Amino acid sequence: MLSIILIVASVIFFPGVIVKTKALFSGRKGQDILQPWHDIIRLLKKGSVYSTSSSFVFQLGAPIYFATVIVAALFIPFEENNCIISFSGDFVFFAYLLGLGRFMIIISALDVSSAFEGMGANREAFYSLLMEPAFFILLGSLAMFTGYSSFYDIFASLHYNSYFSFIIAIIAAYVLANITLVETSRLPVDDPLTHLELTMVHEVMVLDHSGFDLGIIKIANNIKFILFSMLSANCLIPQSLDLWMRIGILFLMQVLFAAGIGWFESFRARNKMIMNAQYILSINAVAMILIFAVMIIKNKI
Amino acid sequence: METTSSPISIQNQSTVPIAAIPILYYDEFYALIVAWMKEPHLHCVNYYAFWKVDVLKFICCLADDVANDIKVLSHEMPRKEKMHLASITREVYAFHIFEREMAENFGIEFINNPWVKPVRYAFNRTNQNNVINDYPFYKIDSEELHEVGVGPIHAGVIEPGHFRFLCNGETVLHLEIQLGWQHRGVEDLFIKKPALIQQTVLSESIAGDTAVGHSHAFINLMESMGNVTIGSRLAIERTIALELERIAMHVGDLGNMNIGLAYQLASSVFGTLRTPIINYTQTWCGNRFGKGLNRVGGTHYPFTDDLAEKLIELLDRFEKSFAPMSERLFSLPSALMRMEAIGKVTKTQMNLIGAVGMAARMAGIKRDVRTSHPSSAYKEYAIVSHTLENGDVWARAYLRKLEIENSIAYIRKLINELKHINGPSPKPRSAADYKLGINSFGISLVEGWRGEICHCAVTDGTGEIMHYKVKDPSVHNWMALALSLRDLEISDFPINNKSYNLSYCGHDL
Repeated sequence: MLSIILIVASVIFFPGVIVKTKALFSGRKGQDILQPWHDIIRLLKKGSVYSTSSSFVFQLGAPIYFATVIVAALFIPFEENNCIISFSGDFVFFAYLLGLGRFMIIISALDVSSAFEGMGANREAFYSLLMEPAFFILLGSLAMFTGYSSFYDIFASLHYNSYFSFIIAIIAAYVLANITLVETSRLPVDDPLTHLELTMVHEVMVLDHSGFDLGIIKIANNIKFILFSMLSANCLIPQSLDLWMRIGILFLMQVLFAAGIGWFESFRARNKMIMNAQYILSINAVAMILIFAVMIIKNKI
Repeated sequence: METTSSPISIQNQSTVPIAAIPILYYDEFYALIVAWMKEPHLHCVNYYAFWKVDVLKFICCLADDVANDIKVLSHEMPRKEKMHLASITREVYAFHIFEREMAENFGIEFINNPWVKPVRYAFNRTNQNNVINDYPFYKIDSEELHEVGVGPIHAGVIEPGHFRFLCNGETVLHLEIQLGWQHRGVEDLFIKKPALIQQTVLSESIAGDTAVGHSHAFINLMESMGNVTIGSRLAIERTIALELERIAMHVGDLGNMNIGLAYQLASSVFGTLRTPIINYTQTWCGNRFGKGLNRVGGTHYPFTDDLAEKLIELLDRFEKSFAPMSERLFSLPSALMRMEAIGKVTKTQMNLIGAVGMAARMAGIKRDVRTSHPSSAYKEYAIVSHTLENGDVWARAYLRKLEIENSIAYIRKLINELKHINGPSPKPRSAADYKLGINSFGISLVEGWRGEICHCAVTDGTGEIMHYKVKDPSVHNWMALALSLRDLEISDFPINNKSYNLSYCGHDL
């Protein structure tokens, strides 16, 4: 239960911190930290408009996407504090829950038969196809390192009896941070601020979503951010500290991560679209380093 | 009626009696143009037709960048049921836009023109059954390729234009740009509004981002046709305004291009740098875009010593932020990756389409009216013109940087010169003490920030404007954008579009 409370608490300030950081770096005062949530609440109060060229598939997309992200959140532990659902091999279920949500968004984008959204769906499918191995190599190596195969067990025993675990944890957190950027379509893969449909990945798929549907998609996107940063936090925070200390470090990490994204997005340009595949493959390569590190530590090679 | 004589060559901003322009038979007219246009230093600045009672008069103006003159020739054709002419486009590609325009306006059939598509669907077009929704797009018949249509409503809600991409996956095979959504009838308004002040204000509104450039071209033309001479002080003041517009637009464009790159730091720095420049124009004349500044024969807003001092101060401050930011932008790997070798066009392509201004200079063509056909202060005080060879997004961005620096240095030089010239400049001419020459033809070229602006006018026997023709540089350059997109990723379209920043309303009029 604790992890759900932490997720909710983080998701409230996380998107605002990114926006605020970017504003400060560009010399503006910036909006209120809670402004993204005011925007979402405004959207939730509105009704949705459905294109006449869309079918029930389009209407299913947003709610299922939202539901999958919420359910996925139930799998996230906070180290030895148990999560709501946990079973052996649950990280596979977690990955494909998110996959189902993505699939629903992709087919609802295709359903409106817009050339833009078709392109966006194509890009999203392509990038997540390339991203998937990295996530599984990452969790596979954590599973191999700890000998368990559920999030709860992995994170509860990660730092149990060896300081080598921190080498693993740092590489894992790095890979997770990069996965987060791809999954949530931030720089360098995508520019969340652009108004130009031709360059978008994720945003273009939801062009036809409006009002309530758009609101829950935005909530789900924000939660997705937190899911991955909670996983990184689980890797990095040592269990020997007491609970309040760890919660403190968690929030500090979340703020730094959000501010880091804002900083990163302020001082570089977006990738050329064709370079994205290369970038994502490089994350896979880092994940491969992780699995080799684990195999060496475990004397498997 | 048609005689044979050699075409005349005139200087920029000059007026000749309409009778002095030789009227050639069409085959001679055709042969001469084709022969001349084979020379890379000649390009067509305007080719248009208008009704002179029952005779359709064609006027073609070719600018010679080496001889620094403009060759003018004409052809006449009586009103007929079916009018047809051999197409020059077949030989000289740059003529496509002019022939398309005439085909649309007068129903002339250009034989063998491969690309006779409507240009702007003007209200007075000949064939009213031609409507914009039936635009004949280039089609493909393929299962693998797909079309992406963008617009006419722009994502940033700027001006209307429709872009149709033929794509193979993410790669663009062909881009067709369809404009003509705006119908202001600017050229007709010049005839319908006879008062000089109305016409001047109209010229300021041809393209909102080139208010100074177009009004500069207009007053130059009116002064030439009305035989008004201005002092060098006034010429310098107007030139400073023109160069300020160039700085403001270029730096704004650099900011916009960085929004396209998603490089936030540069987009906000360049965006902020534009504001003081246009605010300065407001301090000077009460309008941020320089409207009200250019008036025939004089000015309401003399450039005082106080203003000069403020401008020097402003430019110093501007350079302090601009120099480090542009240095950082052009050395940042992630930004360079998005600019270098993206949207590349060749010098040959740009010569073929008759590109002008920045679009020509970034691909290695030395084409700058300020040096080849100077008017105003450029005549007395020479300006440097920069050329780059690359023809890619980087070249279009870097050329802007060079031109900004160049303009700043030039403005400093002009302000220095002003100290030796006694002021203030005279008040503008009132309509009463100013009269256009009768039965004459005048042409005026001005290098606006986008490129060469060309205004032409013809007066009747009473000295009233009978026909007015405006040509914005975008008319030539839109094709450059289409060429840039070939074999490029579709996601690179926005950055290319911003790198040209062409005018929709300048094209549609």
